[in-house]
Amino acid sequence: MKHISNNKLFSFNRLSIATVAAFCLSLSSFSVCADDIKIGLVAALTGPSAQSGESITRGLTVAIDEINAKGGVLGKKIVLVRRDDESSPPKGVVAARELISSEKVVAFFGGIDTPVSLAITPIANQNKVPFMDVWAAGTKITQNGANPNYVFRVSAQDDLVDIALLKYAQQKHGAKKLGLILVNNPWGESNEKGLKSAVAAGGSKVEIVGVEKLEQTDIDVTPQLGRLKSAGADCIILVANAAPGAQMMKSRERMGWKVPVVSHWGISGGRFDELVGETAGDVHFIQTYSFFSKPTEVSKKVMSSLGTHYGVKTPADVIAPVGTANAYDAMQLLAKAIDKAKSTDGDEIRKAMEQIDEYSGLIKNYKKPFSPTDHEGLAPEDYIMVHYEGGKTIPVN
Amino acid sequence: MLEQLCLPLVSGLGVGSMYGLTALGYHVTYRVSKTVNFSQGSSLMLAAVLGFTFQVSLNWSVHLSVLSSLLITALWSMLVERIAVRPFVKNRSDAWLMSTLALGLVLENAVLFLFGKDPRGMPSSWQESYFVIAGLRVSVLQALIPLVGIAISLMLGWILNKTRFGKSLLAVSLNLEAAKIMGINAEQVISFSYAISGLLAGIAGLMIAPIYTVSASMGTLFGIKAFAVAILGGLDSAPGVMFGGVLLGLIEALIITFLGSTYALMFSFGITIVALFIMPSGLFGKKSIKKI
Repeated sequence: MKHISNNKLFSFNRLSIATVAAFCLSLSSFSVCADDIKIGLVAALTGPSAQSGESITRGLTVAIDEINAKGGVLGKKIVLVRRDDESSPPKGVVAARELISSEKVVAFFGGIDTPVSLAITPIANQNKVPFMDVWAAGTKITQNGANPNYVFRVSAQDDLVDIALLKYAQQKHGAKKLGLILVNNPWGESNEKGLKSAVAAGGSKVEIVGVEKLEQTDIDVTPQLGRLKSAGADCIILVANAAPGAQMMKSRERMGWKVPVVSHWGISGGRFDELVGETAGDVHFIQTYSFFSKPTEVSKKVMSSLGTHYGVKTPADVIAPVGTANAYDAMQLLAKAIDKAKSTDGDEIRKAMEQIDEYSGLIKNYKKPFSPTDHEGLAPEDYIMVHYEGGKTIPVN
Repeated sequence: MLEQLCLPLVSGLGVGSMYGLTALGYHVTYRVSKTVNFSQGSSLMLAAVLGFTFQVSLNWSVHLSVLSSLLITALWSMLVERIAVRPFVKNRSDAWLMSTLALGLVLENAVLFLFGKDPRGMPSSWQESYFVIAGLRVSVLQALIPLVGIAISLMLGWILNKTRFGKSLLAVSLNLEAAKIMGINAEQVISFSYAISGLLAGIAGLMIAPIYTVSASMGTLFGIKAFAVAILGGLDSAPGVMFGGVLLGLIEALIITFLGSTYALMFSFGITIVALFIMPSGLFGKKSIKKI
């Protein structure tokens, strides 16, 4: 009896091995084989910021398909392995460890949440696995004190965003007296510091007349706005996510106060235009890219690929555009680095990243995007200002 | 200066009335059964989420959406009493404190799963039309909330204290056994009071939805603040509870206006604690004497 069952077991094993092998050989790029190069993603795939995770996935998938169609890197196909952090730092840490130790990813990407990316940064550096930040803007993610530093960013950075917001408020709206409305959390605080030092660096042309805090659960923000109004604010700088930001805009509308509002990009992660209603378009906010920009060879290619994969027909159909754009360029840069390094060793890839010469990307033409001391792929001059118009985010001219 | 003073008054009155309206739900069940549904905030959320689903997602008419969501919320509140309060009260246990809270969390998570975590915006023509007082725009909805709240609190006070029906409700709370002997169906009366409590939370939820955002977590802070308000005003007085709500709303708005938003929560709850220290039964509550 025993002998028969062993035999059965044996044949079952053989069958399953054969099946797996056939699966590997015959199926599309979704299958994972030992020869593939695995790239990880730890991002919010569910929860209030789920759109951001989906958007990053789309950018990565389009880039990976393009790279694989040209024969992959080092003659191997790239495969994406995704993990959901649900916007929670502990879950992000577990996911990052699992990707590094079990999945043996060569490098991995992060999502929208600064706290999650900050928690992952030391893991990337300890394990010498390059970590690409394609959304979270926290300054300390790339400036993390590690040497060598395995964290690179193709996205905006808070300190630089604050300088850009201030400049825009002055140039576009002629702002002289700024009122700040900041969400009451570490992100709001870091921007308060950034904005204050940006103002200090800008001389006496502009001053901050009031700093007001916004709770995630605030219903009526008219008392805060009233304080800024009576302090003489002629422009508001907003740092908040979609829901509290919307409460601020609804209160502004109720007051009938037509003060210009310039905002960080937190409001673009949810349904800001639905929550605010008519005045959503009054907010001018920062982005790294808009699919409404003048088409280029690269953007045409990306749009057509987004159409094939996700049914995207017009730029307005691209959800959370910065995620897709940043992720696309970052993946292309990473592939270039792996090719240049001629190896999948983390340290070799890091060195190669710092030596990339040129790449004509979606957002811009990158020239020496990274160096051993500078891991920011984008600079303030790459930022653009947009606003909502009929459910689309369109550049402000 | 006039505007600086009017802004917090209008804002505080509006937000405070929402607290008061939600807190009236605690008052009703407390008057009748000396128990409360601690997840009143979840009932408020349920009504708002249902209202949004019926009106926006399913395109039902406003009247039908409002009526259906209020009805379902009242039924939910009765269910809370049936499974999370009655069994424990029967065994003379205070575990309903925990079980009502737990049931609220179950509801919140179910909504999270079914409705999604994304906050949604509820359209309302009442929110868009407004009138101007002292240079300040006040939306019709903003003005309606205090009016509805005050009217309901006065009506509840009158029904409970002056009518025969109200007295039969109170009889249950005074002496359950005696009330039963006198032919009052105590269980039905308590169940009914929970339905009213759910209805009040539902009205609050539907009125708040267009001003706030609709999401599974929208009721949590409301529930906590409303309970603070109910205690502050005096749990056994309907106008007191409403007054407590308006008071907390005004205190919050005035603190933000004159001291800044950083300290608002700390100060408003601090003042509530001090007030309770001085008047333990709340501003309008009667001292209760418990014979052991």
